[in-house]
Amino acid sequence: MIRFEHVTVTYPDATRPALADLDLVVPEGELCLVVGRTGSGKSTLLRAVNGLVPHFTGGRLEGRVLVDGRDTRDHPPRELADVVGLVAQDPQAGFVTDSVEEELAYSMESLGLPDPVMRKRVEETLDLLGLVEVRDRALATLSGGQQQRVAIGAALTAHPRVLVLDEPTSALDPGAAEDVLAALHRLVHDLGMTVLIAEHRLERVAQYADRVVWLPGGARAAVAGDPGAVLAEAPVAPPVVRLARLAGWQPVPVSVRDARRLAGPLRDELPAPPAAAPRPTGDLLRARGVRVSYSGVEAVRGVDLAVAGGELVALMGRNGSGKSSLLWAVQGSGRRSGGSVRLDGVDPADLKPAVRRRSVGLVPQQPDDLLYLHTVAGECAQADRESDRSAGTCRAILERIAPGIADDAHPRDLSEGQRLALVLAISLTPEPRALLLDEPTRGLDYPAKTRLAEALRELARAGHAVVLATHDVEFAAECATRVVVLAGGEVVADGPTAEVVTASPIFSPQVAKVLAPRPWLTVDDVRTAMAAR
Amino acid sequence: MTRALHPGAWWLWALGLAVVAARTTNPLLLGLVLAVAGYVAVACAQDTPWASSYGVFLKFGLVVIALRVVFHVLLGGVQGPTVLFTLPQLPLWPPALRLGGPVSAEGLVFALVQGLQLATLLGCVGAVNAVANPKRLLRSLPAALYEVSVAVVVALTVAPQLAASARSVRRARRLRGDAIRGRGAVRTLLVPVLEGAFERSLSLAAAMDSRGYGRNAGLSRRARLLTAVLVLGGVIGLCVGVYALLDGSSAGVPVLLVGVLLAVAGLVAGSRRVRRSRYRPDRWRARELLVAASGAVAAMCAVLSGGPDMVVQTSPLSAPHLPALPAVGVLVGLLPSLVAAHRRSA
Repeated sequence: MIRFEHVTVTYPDATRPALADLDLVVPEGELCLVVGRTGSGKSTLLRAVNGLVPHFTGGRLEGRVLVDGRDTRDHPPRELADVVGLVAQDPQAGFVTDSVEEELAYSMESLGLPDPVMRKRVEETLDLLGLVEVRDRALATLSGGQQQRVAIGAALTAHPRVLVLDEPTSALDPGAAEDVLAALHRLVHDLGMTVLIAEHRLERVAQYADRVVWLPGGARAAVAGDPGAVLAEAPVAPPVVRLARLAGWQPVPVSVRDARRLAGPLRDELPAPPAAAPRPTGDLLRARGVRVSYSGVEAVRGVDLAVAGGELVALMGRNGSGKSSLLWAVQGSGRRSGGSVRLDGVDPADLKPAVRRRSVGLVPQQPDDLLYLHTVAGECAQADRESDRSAGTCRAILERIAPGIADDAHPRDLSEGQRLALVLAISLTPEPRALLLDEPTRGLDYPAKTRLAEALRELARAGHAVVLATHDVEFAAECATRVVVLAGGEVVADGPTAEVVTASPIFSPQVAKVLAPRPWLTVDDVRTAMAAR
Repeated sequence: MTRALHPGAWWLWALGLAVVAARTTNPLLLGLVLAVAGYVAVACAQDTPWASSYGVFLKFGLVVIALRVVFHVLLGGVQGPTVLFTLPQLPLWPPALRLGGPVSAEGLVFALVQGLQLATLLGCVGAVNAVANPKRLLRSLPAALYEVSVAVVVALTVAPQLAASARSVRRARRLRGDAIRGRGAVRTLLVPVLEGAFERSLSLAAAMDSRGYGRNAGLSRRARLLTAVLVLGGVIGLCVGVYALLDGSSAGVPVLLVGVLLAVAGLVAGSRRVRRSRYRPDRWRARELLVAASGAVAAMCAVLSGGPDMVVQTSPLSAPHLPALPAVGVLVGLLPSLVAAHRRSA
């Protein structure tokens, strides 16, 4: 169905190709997962399938890409719209209309289908993706998961034979991600659709894949094959595969179910996990009854949160459960309708912004919002000035978190992980006592996440209080000492990480699922325990 | 729920009310138009992001009135015997202009009603924005105008996103301590917002291309040029004709006719290449006709009843009377709220 023949893509002004000599065949009816580090050419591969590369992006494509027998060289994206449906990373950026039904119909209108056919297909798609209740709603009012499903539906109504998705679950909470993936699973199994997905959160998708393509980046050739076999070799692998590598399981399982069948002996021989360290005493940050409401809608309803220095608290909960609003209200720059916040006995909201950032820092969900200069060096120098630190402070912090970023690089040209590191360094320059992070792992690959987790743990060890809002259960399990779950703007669970995440399957990391009822959370913990034996 | 009304019907209704507002400076009648438009806007408001823009239009109207009065006080205009106060006068060149000087009650009232007239027109536009989604109106445009309508749709989509991203950037800026002031502060706001908007427009364009926008849109260069000239000529003709008609000059009708002819020819020429279909197209049914007719009745009543009550008397000042026929006409403009009430109960 999709055939790449010796494809090399070089963007204008690039020193090396984004995709080098790729040979790949994806047969009809397969769900194919593309994995690789950030910048290994995953997005380029996906966008080459419907001709956006090179027709839209520019650059040079050598070799041939055939989709359903059509050469993308002669067919621009619009002429492939009936064969390939593309769902981009940020669904909201791709919406052309503003209501659900019109969005679903847009591709069909472009293809010139008659009205009765469109009516029928819109109804089918609404049912298939569970969107009937929201059919008349404005797109802007939908939750992230609903928007993602509308974006998939909008691609589906044209009845393409191939569906291409770029990180379909990266912005979604675990529950919404499962809904989206279940819908995709159904498309592959019931309609025989060919699906190509790129995703960083492999723990969510790997189990659904029929085949995995690993792009090692650089000049090395892509590796395609059975999910277990390919992921066992790749540097990006879900926890279940890393656990299998550690325990030497063969064949390498990619689903929790397969892993559990092999995990019996490991479960028995592992000792009891070390007891969690007791909560540090002396709350640094204390919020009581915090309320946030926007034009009558209560996003946060009376949340109490106390964080001690040295604690790393993960805030979890559905999209729209009030995590971001809470962080902004606690930091003092955002709206707060009620309640009190004390940091070292002072309410951050009463401080001037310049003083406030010395007591509590925040890394927002869109780190780009903080950057406005043309070079990394410029941003660092500005951070030193606005924090009254000696020149080079910010640069030194950056070098520690993410070594090797060029001084003259443009912040927008950095990878997601590097950009996050830059914003983190800027926020840490004034050495705030508390640091808040909003969805820091979006777009990060596993090695980048591990580095971020290390940086955060180091901060906590130095006595800072760290709070992060995240959907990423694996990341929370890896670094948080405590987990607070929000629902509908209220705290529904608060306790040590192991206790809270193992209590509910939706917040459970893969290792915990595989080794249940033993409360192990991460591969690293298991590795330490095995080494000690 | 029954379907929303055709946006064209709403625009005709608003146009009718606007014609009334354009024909009169009687504050009672203007107030009545504002009240009717406002009532319908609130009663029939739809669940769209645009519905909330009505308040913005009203505020804008207040600003217009204030500006009109301030300019009158400063620059003068209509003079009258009842001088309220005198500002120190500055000589200007040419001598016909002046800055400051006597301010009369007559002139002030004149400025007020003129401002009110403009505010009423704005109120009509705001009301129609609340009840009819502007994007749906664009969808009903003839295919020849497709490219134009897409450009407008994209602009309409990007504008609120731009405002949202400006808000989030300003909020994020506080995280850096608001350290930069003055000209630099504008840059810290503009750079992220504009870069973000640029990236979003690119991804929107990519999404539209991937979804088949512009498929088979091939049209020869000459045909495109001809269409453009015809449509443009038609639109200019329409504008001049409507202006002349409202102005009361005799050239209005023929110019308008020529404009309509040109525009129709252009649209027909351009629509021949359409290979695009429309999902659930808006259709004209009885309710649409009722709504449009109510606007037309209001306009007709105002056009038919000339007479001194339509303009406010400034010299000498006298209390305005509400002219019967136009008032009844404007009240007919409430009809859509009944039609919409029907929609809600259904």
